[in-house]
Amino acid sequence: MMGVQGEVAAGFEPVLAPLIIGLPLAGAVVLLIFGKRIGRLSGVLACGTIGLAAVAGLLNFIALLGAPEESRSTTQHLFDFISVGRFQTGVDLLLDPLSLVMVMVVTGVGTLIHVYSIGYMHGDPRYPRFFAYLNLFASFMLLLVLADNLLLLYVGWEGVGLCSYLLIGFWFDRPSAAAAAKKAFLVNRIGDFAFLIGMFVLFGAIGSLTIGQINEAAGALSAGVATTAALLLFAGATGKSAQIPLYVWLPDAMEGPTPVSALIHAATMVTAGVYMVARFSPVFEASGGTALTVVGVIGAATALWAALMACTEYDIKRVLAYSTISQLGYMFLALGVGAYSIAVFHLVTHAFFKGLLFLGAGAVMHALDGNTDMRHMGGLRRPMPIVGYTFMAGWLAITGVIPFAGFWSKDAILAAAWVEGNYVLWGVGVFTTLLTAFYMSRLYLRVFEGPLRTPEGTHAHDAPLTMAIALVPLGVLSVAGGVINLPGLLTLEHFLEPVVGESLAPEGALAFILSGIALVVAVAGIMLARSIYMASGAEARRARFVRPMAPLVNGARHKFYVDEIYGRLIVLPGKRFALFCADVLDRRGIDGIVNGTATLIGRTSQGLRHIQTGYVRNYAATFLLGVVAVFSFLILRVVAG
Amino acid sequence: MTEVAPGYYLALAGLMFSIGVIGALVRRNAIVIFMFIELMLNAVNLMFVTFSRIRGSVDGQILVFFVLVVAAAEAVVGLAIILVIVRRRSSANVDDVSLLRW
Repeated sequence: MMGVQGEVAAGFEPVLAPLIIGLPLAGAVVLLIFGKRIGRLSGVLACGTIGLAAVAGLLNFIALLGAPEESRSTTQHLFDFISVGRFQTGVDLLLDPLSLVMVMVVTGVGTLIHVYSIGYMHGDPRYPRFFAYLNLFASFMLLLVLADNLLLLYVGWEGVGLCSYLLIGFWFDRPSAAAAAKKAFLVNRIGDFAFLIGMFVLFGAIGSLTIGQINEAAGALSAGVATTAALLLFAGATGKSAQIPLYVWLPDAMEGPTPVSALIHAATMVTAGVYMVARFSPVFEASGGTALTVVGVIGAATALWAALMACTEYDIKRVLAYSTISQLGYMFLALGVGAYSIAVFHLVTHAFFKGLLFLGAGAVMHALDGNTDMRHMGGLRRPMPIVGYTFMAGWLAITGVIPFAGFWSKDAILAAAWVEGNYVLWGVGVFTTLLTAFYMSRLYLRVFEGPLRTPEGTHAHDAPLTMAIALVPLGVLSVAGGVINLPGLLTLEHFLEPVVGESLAPEGALAFILSGIALVVAVAGIMLARSIYMASGAEARRARFVRPMAPLVNGARHKFYVDEIYGRLIVLPGKRFALFCADVLDRRGIDGIVNGTATLIGRTSQGLRHIQTGYVRNYAATFLLGVVAVFSFLILRVVAG
Repeated sequence: MTEVAPGYYLALAGLMFSIGVIGALVRRNAIVIFMFIELMLNAVNLMFVTFSRIRGSVDGQILVFFVLVVAAAEAVVGLAIILVIVRRRSSANVDDVSLLRW
């Protein structure tokens, strides 16, 4: 069954495509079973499997590039998955520009983070298990992006959710980590449920789960059905990609080891929602604007909302978490204005710089005994130059300074919003750029610049070799990652065009004006952060600056009480309902009926057993009574005729 | 020779049976109860014979023989049980034998 099916002769020939998923999966299985015996080598084994998967992905990528444009999509049937009556679903891989871009990101960034983990997790008692989970995650993520049908995609979707849960709660002996894992899983559950319903709606309307067939038939759907399906799918994306209203799990997910935050909660899993929306763009288009408007508005709102909270957070990992939510919001903003390929572009550059930033933050924590409070840090660039300079690259990339990677992708998103005529979304995006530049500069300047400050009893040292190996390539990509889609060349956009269509871009002077505005705003954000955190007299200026916005700052510091509101509105009633079910319905209702029956019979028997006196004469008398009764009855019947 | 009307036989049998029932219920000595039970059985036997006569068939008389045989067997078993009880408790009072109860 391996190999290309006859009818896809138009496609290119895939090269060992099943290995892309199979190798990390095999690694995970081997490590889960023999991990203890493999011990220290498990890290190397895990890096090997994901590395080879990356090579397999690259070979397919090259094969795809070598094919003419019209045959750059191919499906490979591996085996039947479900075959019931007329319902057929196979394990089929879809290899096209979009899925292979995702494969390259997942395996590429994934490999670097695996290598980094060797250094970061060194000495952890559950070292082999960590790599087993990482490998398992990689295989599910690759299954998600390579799946040719919605059901298989859902398998990957749930699989990455599971791995996310396992890895957030990796240090489950810490109650906060266990709680964060549970929260992530439950919040994702809500989105996943909507996603599942959306899948049913699509299957009910179209009768197929294959991505190609769904997208082909989407145009013929009624606007109502398409909107319902699209919004349900998007609800799934808000869970997985941490958008309003389901973003609350991601900041807490920082309880997991930092490589997990970098791989799952920055570079790959949280972008699954973006990938999915881009993948099903025809369904979103078919709703006639409603669904895409919702996507764009939610994205912009999330970008702004999370950026506000990032501005007041002191925990370096949580700043990055809010930043991730905010950047994902940008991606959804891009999707909402129909600029799918630009969303994927930002997804790629974000994977570079946010992965880098998390790994840098991890290196800082590693050096400072796990400390994450930026108030105790300062001037760390000098004792740890590799981390410092790579982090600087990530910082400049995310703030959107030309010519770093983030500039090109963020600028393209804002420009697309403008050209699409969504000036409100554009405005929110530009303002968020200001906030992004501010909070990232605040983070960078406080941690790496100024006089050297470390938490008591710690001694900063630079990242060990394995960690540096991962940081440097990501640093380079953060600087130069923009070349994959430079304005004018638009390499990535043209590459993705057969799958997701064209994205709008401004022309002529407008392009330069828009870029200029974004750049000026970003630099303004940096200068603002510098003036109230670094320059002389910063303290006084900060106080003056904050005073008029005290309620806002206070609100942001308490995360706008969203957790409390959810707790009051959803969790508490849920708990009450569960307690009602357990105590009243189950214990008193169901158990009451069962126990009541038993008690009734027991009590009755208790009463009746006193008839059993043991006196023979009593029995004889009863016997007599019975006989008299029976005969009276018979005689009466005869007499009555 | 005048025949006695069958009704008298039946009345006598009913009287014997009733005496047997009352005796078996009110007395406590196992041997006496046993004798009252025999009285009931014989009342029934008398009835069978009477009916046999009224109907002019021998069926009733055949049944009497069965009853006699069963009564004999029952007497053997019953007396053996009473004997054991008397040996263990040196009394034939049935109210003493009331262990099988709640």
